Amino acid sequence: MLRLSLLMLLLLLLSRVFSSTESSRPQKILPPTMPAKALVYPNPPSTNGLMYARYQKYKLHAYRPTCPGPSPGVGHLKTIGRELAMGSQGGFGQSKEFLDLVKSIGEARSKSEEDRIVLREIETLKRRINEPDIPKRKMKEYIIRLVYIEMLGHDASFGYIHAVKMTHDDSLLLKRTGYLAVTLFLNEDHDLIILIVNTIQKDLKSDNYLVVSAALNACCKLINEETIPAVIQQVVELLGHPKEGVRKKAVMALHSFHQRSPSSVNHLISNFRKRLSDNDPGVMGATLFPLYDLITIDVNSYKDLVASFVNILKQVAERRLPKTYDYHQTPAPFIQIKLLKILSLLGSGDKKSSEQMYTVIGDIMRKSDTSSNIGNAILYECICCISSIQPSPKLLETAADAIANFLKSDSHNLKYMGIDALGRLIRISPDIAEQHQLAVIDCLEDPDDTLKRKTFELLYKMTKSSNVEVIVDRMIDYMISINDNHYKTETASRCVELAEQFAPSNHWFIQTMNKVFQHAGDLVNPKVAHNLMRLIAEGFGEDDDTADSQLRLSAVESYLKIVDEPKLPSAFLQVICWVLGEYGTADGKYSASYISGKLCDVAEAHSSDDIVKGYAVTALMKVYCFEKAAGRKMSLLPECQSLLDELSASHSSDLQQRAYEFRAVLDLDVNAIENIMPLDASCEDIEIDKSLSFLNDYVQKSFEQGAEPYIPENERSGTLNISSIRNHNSYEHSTHSLRFEAYDVPKPVVPTKLPPAVAYPTDLVPVTVNVTEPSYQPSSVQPTWPLVPVSDAGSGSGSTELKLRLDGVQKKWGKPTYSSVMSKSLPRESRQSHVEVSEEKQKLAASLFGGTTSRSERKQSGGAAGHSKVSRTTNHGEDKVRPATVTVPTAVQPPPPDLLDLGESAGDTSSYSSTVDPFHQLEGLLDLNQDVNAAATSNAPDLMSSLYSDADTNGSLSQNPNPMNGSVNPSKKTASLTKGPSLKDALDKDALVRQMGVNPTSQNPNLFSDLLG
Amino acid sequence: MGIRFVLMVNKQGQTRLAQYYEYLTLEERRTLEGEIVRKCLARNEQQCSFVEHRTYKIVYRRYASLFFLVGVDNEENELAILEFIHLLVETMDRHFGNVCELDIMFHLEKAHFMLEEMVMNGCVVETSKANILAPIQLMDKTS
Repeated sequence: MLRLSLLMLLLLLLSRVFSSTESSRPQKILPPTMPAKALVYPNPPSTNGLMYARYQKYKLHAYRPTCPGPSPGVGHLKTIGRELAMGSQGGFGQSKEFLDLVKSIGEARSKSEEDRIVLREIETLKRRINEPDIPKRKMKEYIIRLVYIEMLGHDASFGYIHAVKMTHDDSLLLKRTGYLAVTLFLNEDHDLIILIVNTIQKDLKSDNYLVVSAALNACCKLINEETIPAVIQQVVELLGHPKEGVRKKAVMALHSFHQRSPSSVNHLISNFRKRLSDNDPGVMGATLFPLYDLITIDVNSYKDLVASFVNILKQVAERRLPKTYDYHQTPAPFIQIKLLKILSLLGSGDKKSSEQMYTVIGDIMRKSDTSSNIGNAILYECICCISSIQPSPKLLETAADAIANFLKSDSHNLKYMGIDALGRLIRISPDIAEQHQLAVIDCLEDPDDTLKRKTFELLYKMTKSSNVEVIVDRMIDYMISINDNHYKTETASRCVELAEQFAPSNHWFIQTMNKVFQHAGDLVNPKVAHNLMRLIAEGFGEDDDTADSQLRLSAVESYLKIVDEPKLPSAFLQVICWVLGEYGTADGKYSASYISGKLCDVAEAHSSDDIVKGYAVTALMKVYCFEKAAGRKMSLLPECQSLLDELSASHSSDLQQRAYEFRAVLDLDVNAIENIMPLDASCEDIEIDKSLSFLNDYVQKSFEQGAEPYIPENERSGTLNISSIRNHNSYEHSTHSLRFEAYDVPKPVVPTKLPPAVAYPTDLVPVTVNVTEPSYQPSSVQPTWPLVPVSDAGSGSGSTELKLRLDGVQKKWGKPTYSSVMSKSLPRESRQSHVEVSEEKQKLAASLFGGTTSRSERKQSGGAAGHSKVSRTTNHGEDKVRPATVTVPTAVQPPPPDLLDLGESAGDTSSYSSTVDPFHQLEGLLDLNQDVNAAATSNAPDLMSSLYSDADTNGSLSQNPNPMNGSVNPSKKTASLTKGPSLKDALDKDALVRQMGVNPTSQNPNLFSDLLG
Repeated sequence: MGIRFVLMVNKQGQTRLAQYYEYLTLEERRTLEGEIVRKCLARNEQQCSFVEHRTYKIVYRRYASLFFLVGVDNEENELAILEFIHLLVETMDRHFGNVCELDIMFHLEKAHFMLEEMVMNGCVVETSKANILAPIQLMDKTS
């Protein structure tokens, strides 16, 4: 014993010696993420009566390596002393085994090494944990080891039951450890929960409020909808518990019940209101969470609380709460933020409520400490609140100033918040974006992906027809550059959405869509592909035929260029095939054999993609038909022939059917072909005779020949079903031959593409060259028959092939010229005007913010147009909701069968109908725009001067994007130099822990480094 | 819901503490942690402390060798969460004294208890260090 204490004394002396050498180390500086203001530190930690207490006098300042105390190293002495002290009683009060485990995990250098350690640990524990008579302390340690196993990603379910048992223990520490382990291991629906509910019930009644707290903690995570009734009564009683900590947890337990099953606590909601006036600020603060949820669901029932919330917020802001709730001199910031969130809900669209809030929000904004993170957090929340409640001009101004400060800041975090806040505020005052254009562009070009993405979100919100080209181009570049599919999809669909809404020209639209499809084709909604085909087919519709054909030609040309590229997404190939089939030969620029060669190439190159092959073969058929109908001689290419052979034997019944249909069409005469495949008729309607009245004669005849009438499926009896199944089977055997005799019993043929569907076309056409109808009659007796073959091969209904859905769909087209002119000419002029560093950015700014930037620029893009566009973007939200104003007059109900849908569900149709027609809205602006464009050229000097003045004001900001980063905070840079593992300390600790028998091999000295140091 | 998980991960990407406020299976947790850690550890100190990942927004802060990662939903105030992390570290520092990674590893349950006092149902319910630590100190005394 004497030797031991001597040793310890020696060690302590030694460490003091070390400490003096450490003092010569460069001073450690704050971790770089900390704001300068965060330098305020907590009181020195309590010493817990350990033997190092005698170093108290050094600790006051010295334990903070960041403070210029006598010796930056002394702090570690304390830690070491503590560990040593604990080591003497067996190390941290835990067994050597546990210490070894933790150390070996801590020192594992790779995931696989860690996995090995954990797997070994699992084996050990499986053996040990089931031994009889394990001391409780030991069991607690085992449980913690189980927690480690799960935390490191392995299954510890073999020990769950022991954690459950531990919740029954009388010792508070063990009980709480048990509850902790259970909440970490089990979800609320686990089988073992039922064993805990009883314990929770008992503990909620305990005299020891710490036990009650532990049980309430467990309630929040473990009680599910079914077990709520078992505890709810007790939880409600605890709302009146004398200890504020218990009241607070009871509120949160009720909150969790409300989240799980609102109906189970509906009658208790008044309790939340009551607790809002609790004496304890902690309980009041907790009450805000359930109230926030309730207000989100039903604002109007809580309008009476506006005054209370405002009052509380005022008191908090005036520092009426106990000092302990201060965080870095800011009074209860988390409560303030929650209150602001609640107020923004209550004030939204409510003038009267909003007016009550103006004063307090203004006060908070004035008081807030803009040099600390927490002050800025509150400021940001104020901006969110201001942009949500009924606008107050004065507050909007303050908010705009705050945003300006955020954006000007060097901190990326603040810039991020600024961009986000800007996105919120432009909904109310769109003009403020223009003040910050250069800051926004800086963020856009920042290498930080998070900031970039946030900025794209902002751009997305402020897109209008004057800047759509720049924004979408940028977005596409960004989309190409990222790998994350989730965000690729999101960006792609945003590009598509913006392009559809604001496209300035057809050509641009096609090019944009090509890019999107090429790089994210498989990620975008299939609807988008259908939309694109429809737009190409429709073009302008009635007013301009040459423009239509130009559009198609440019689409065909661009597709022919792209089509040979490898790895094109399936959705894009489908579009390409369809367009080539429909319009490939339309202009006579490309020969039919050239187009069909390309199509065969596509089918060959993507032989594993049945859908693409289907599109290709149908496109081939169209090319062939159009040629033949035009009176030109058309012989099938050899590769086309072999493709047909291959597909005729395909496993896909759809492909087989298409191949057979093609074969059948080959033998038809020109007349029939013209009927089946009229040129460019994809936009025409297919009239569907739903009652199939044209078959009446045939049905009549069949009846006369003794056929039984058709009984709808739901009216059939069971016996019939059996016989029909048998019948169906025999029918399947006879594929490839058409039955002409009437059916005995109607068959419930499932409406999928079964082999029977293929059977018809083989014999169909040769038999009935001009009169195709009768051959379909057997099938048309059953309305459920797949409609695909009917429309595709063109039964006699006068309809044509490949109908696009037209119902409820509108055009979204702008004139092809006006916007490209203005946005292209603008950058060019600014290029001439000055050659500063920020020129690139100026250009970008001008094109992004062109609609609003400056007076002269606005002339460029059209004064009146600029204005009305701005206002339109704000209206845009409502527009979407409104029913479409322009619908294609030819829309039919029900929709024609859609071949393009192939595999996809037919449920898409409805969603087509809810988009607006921006083109229609643009109509009034078009002429104006063009006039102004003409005028703009003469205004060039004016423009230049305005750009210059712009540069002067913002030059300082834009010129040095990089130096700015460098000068962020000198301390940050230096911090990163001196930070990192402090080897010295680590070695000290290491040596001592080794004494304790932990045997660290010092592979991971970081384990010892101060988190705050 | 606010906070959806709190993670402490060291520089090597090894998890030191994990608390989820919504249930994820072991497998989901493992993949999520792997993806997030890879994303956050790759970032430099000038970049902002927020990362978007699927439906989560991750607010992270580095202290010496340890990263504190907090997953939040979209409505959460990122700066406030950043300060919540700092509060957590300050609280642990007050309890452990010069808290280091090893303290958390050796006293995993205590670190969890502190978190339990501060966050319930994913909401920051307690920010007073004295209130957070009182039950833990009492428990230490009684046991």
